[in-house]
Order: sequence, then structure tokens, then C-alpha cells
Amino acid sequence: MRSFEEILQLCEVDLEFYEAVIELESRESGKDFDSIYASMSFILDAMEQSVNSAIKSDFKGRLMKDEAQRFGEYISQANDLLSGKLIAKSSHIALSVSQYNSSMGRIVAAPTAGSCGILPGLLFAYNNLYAPTRDALVMALIVAGGVGEVIQKRATLAGAEGGCQAECGAAAAMGSAALTFLKGGSSEALAHAAALTLKSVMGLVCDPVAGLVEVPCIKRNGTLVALASICADMALAGVRSVIPPDEVVDAMRQVGRALPESLRETSKGGLAITPKARTLEKDILSQISPLSEI
Amino acid sequence: MDIIGPIMVGPSSSHTAGAVKLGRLARAMWNEEIRKVDIYLRGSFAATYWGHGTDKALIAGLLGFMPHDERIKDALNIARERGMEYRFMSEHIDGAHPNSVRFVLYGKDKTVEVVGASLGGGVVELQEIDGFSLSLNGELPAIITFHKDQPGVVAAVTGVVAKRNLNIATMRLHRQGRGGRASMVIEIDGELKEDAKEEMLNSHPALMRIIFMPSLESDIK
Repeated sequence: MRSFEEILQLCEVDLEFYEAVIELESRESGKDFDSIYASMSFILDAMEQSVNSAIKSDFKGRLMKDEAQRFGEYISQANDLLSGKLIAKSSHIALSVSQYNSSMGRIVAAPTAGSCGILPGLLFAYNNLYAPTRDALVMALIVAGGVGEVIQKRATLAGAEGGCQAECGAAAAMGSAALTFLKGGSSEALAHAAALTLKSVMGLVCDPVAGLVEVPCIKRNGTLVALASICADMALAGVRSVIPPDEVVDAMRQVGRALPESLRETSKGGLAITPKARTLEKDILSQISPLSEI
Repeated sequence: MDIIGPIMVGPSSSHTAGAVKLGRLARAMWNEEIRKVDIYLRGSFAATYWGHGTDKALIAGLLGFMPHDERIKDALNIARERGMEYRFMSEHIDGAHPNSVRFVLYGKDKTVEVVGASLGGGVVELQEIDGFSLSLNGELPAIITFHKDQPGVVAAVTGVVAKRNLNIATMRLHRQGRGGRASMVIEIDGELKEDAKEEMLNSHPALMRIIFMPSLESDIK
């Protein structure tokens, strides 16, 4: 899958977006339709397990405490959520799964471990509120996978290469297309939901404090679900990205390359070098017994 | 659709999942229960291992766990219970890959040294065995030979593979000068039975040692 164009061309004939993704994947890998579908179904089950385990788990990170739990309690008690139910629930799941990842829980990288909360957040919050069929969820995951493939082929999904736009940004774009699919959007709308999302995260830097997958990663998982959701609504309304989706991904690649190394997962810029980050890092390091050097 | 996945224990595909795979590579070289091991962390592994559970992940791999095994978190305790003695140290090697590790495995009458690197996204590379440089990612089963650089070795070894009706996916030769120590890495599309090793060793006098590496890929992905 080298482009949205390629997927949409197949859709013009008679395929749905997810079928076109499977078709292209099948041409590349030689695997048949059923085995690709079955492996995505298996991954969806693993993702659901990670959500269930994450929601139940107690989290004590090195930098963060119990933010996901706190947020979960708030949304279960609040009568009036400013962000609405889907976003609030998605955010709670995304925070929880992302925290679970940080504490060595088992997750599905989607597309990476650092961005593993966003897709399960959106899919399972939607599942909770709208009760779609299981097959619809698997198809939505395949849609997300197709979007991720295009981003990987044309740009990158590694924070060290493209910054956080390539990890959490890509995850949000994948999730936005998946939501648009679940709500019955056209194939063109799916591609544009992804494009609209990417345009709003363009240039987002990867600046983890103390090199840990905690700050700002976990909260970015929790907030970018909101962007995915509004971009899906816009796409469903017929709003289209003026810049074609493939060209948006190309711009993202160019921006990623232009980012200085200090903002690409090296912890040498951005939030990672703030005074507070320095203090936190020093505190943590003082608790680690150093390795003897030979 | 490898974009979604792998199913793995967090937090990092390179420093956790990749580290488990590196441990598995070292275990595959050893081919029996590991009793004693020294682990030398380099670069970013040495600097940030504590934040990503890299130490637990490496030991989990040495215990034979997969990157999605939820016991990774408790790997250090499990290793102690199973009688595996381990030590972690750091070392600085000029030009080494920033996410790399050197294992020294000790047995009754043998020692094996393995160097590997985590390249990102859970992809790993075996880079050195007993001081000999090579390259292998562990995705397919592989044959690693150590031999003297002489004519006919490649034909002899691949002849055994052909007789077993297995397909060769990739093949690389490495040598330390003409006629010196040499090594060959052959990736194959299926596992070879142990008795093929004996047949290979007998197929050419220049062959000194052969290792069969199983695939590191899990049953799920």
C-alpha cells in the first residue's frame, strides 16, 4: 500500500476500503483474504485483553501516578462531560492502556508501543457506546492498518525518524479513519479523516522526559483521541482536506526529516530539557544503582 | 498489516521487545539451559535499561520467553529460581550500535560470546559470535557455519540443504582474509533436523563448527 490513491482506485471499482486494504496486502504478502482477516481478528482480541487488564491495573510510574484512574473516576461521576462521552471514554482507555504499557503490561503496538493507547481507546469506547458487530470492529482495525501502511511507506512510524507526529499522530489518523468507517463514511471520507488528523499534528515532536515512555507520551495518547474524533465527524460531514491525503503524508515525511535530532526521541530538546524534567531525571537516576563499567 | 502489532510487553519495542529477542538469540546459540551469564550493556541500553525493563527483557529472552510473555516483568526472580546466575555491566565500545549488548555464556566446558543489536521496532540483529562478525535477524531458521576459507565448503553445506528439499532464502559469506577463518549464514524456509548437522560437518574437512538457529518469530507474530 503505497498510497491512499491506490486504495481509493480499488474502491471505485467495487470494493470497500477495508477490502481494498486486504486486497493490496494480499498482493504484497501472498496471504489470502481469510488469513489476513483472521490475524486482524486475533489482534483485536489481544487489544481488548489489554484494555480490560489496563483498566483494572494499578499504575505507579516513575514520573506519573494514577492519572488514568483519576480520570476514570471523574467521567463515571460527571453528569455533564464537556468533551462528550466518546472522547472521554476513549481518553480514559487510551490513558490506561498507555500507562499499562509503561509498567510492562502486555499491549498491541498500534502502530508503536508509545502510541498504543489511541486505537484501542477509540475502538473500544465506540464499542461500549454503539455496540457494533465484532466484524465491524475487525474491519475498522483493518482500515486503521491500511492508513498506517500508507504512512509507513510514504513517511515513517518511528519517533526517532519523524517525531511524535509519526507515532501518536499516525495512531490518531488511523483511529480517525476507523471511526469514520464505523459511522458509515465513504471510502473517500476515511482517507480524508486521516489527512485532516495528520494536518493537525504536523511537526509534533518526540521529547520524552528522562527517556521514559511516560511524559508526555501517556497524556498525548489521552488527548489525541479527541482530534481523531472531531476529524471523523468533519469527514462524515463532507469536509475534505484541500491538500490530497497522500500529499499530506508526504509533507509529514518532509517535516519529520526537517526536525532536529534533539526533537526525535533523543530527550535532548522540548519538554525533556525543561528545568522540571532535569530535576525529575536527577531524582530517578539517584535511585538507580549504576552498572559497573569494564 | 504488520503495522498493528506486535503483541508485546511494553514499554518499548526496541528496548523491551527487541531485548527479549536478543536474549532469545543468545539462548539459541547455547542450545541448553543457561546457568551462568555476564551481560554487557552498551550505549542507550546501558543508559536507559532501568526505564524500559531492558534487564528483565534480556533475561526473559535467555529463559526462552517470547516478547509477549507476561512473565517478563518477573524474569529476574524466575531466573534466580531456575538457578541462572547473571551479572549486568556496562561497556563502551567505539563504533558499537547504540542499542547493543554482549552476552558471555558460561558452561562446564564451554563459553560462548554473542553480540546483538536492537535496530528499532522490535527488529534485532545478531552481530557477532565468539568475536566473529556476521549478520542475522532471526526471522527465518538459519545455519551458521564456522570454517576455514577453502573451496567447496559452500557447495558441501548447501548440498545437504538441497538433499533435505529445503529452500535457501538468503546466504552470506564472511571471512577474515583469504584462506583464514570464515563463516557462512544461510537462512532457510524451514527447520533442519539435528542429524543434518553431523552430515554437514562430515561433508567437508574445512568445517569446524555448525550452529542451527531456530526462527525467533512467535507463533502469533
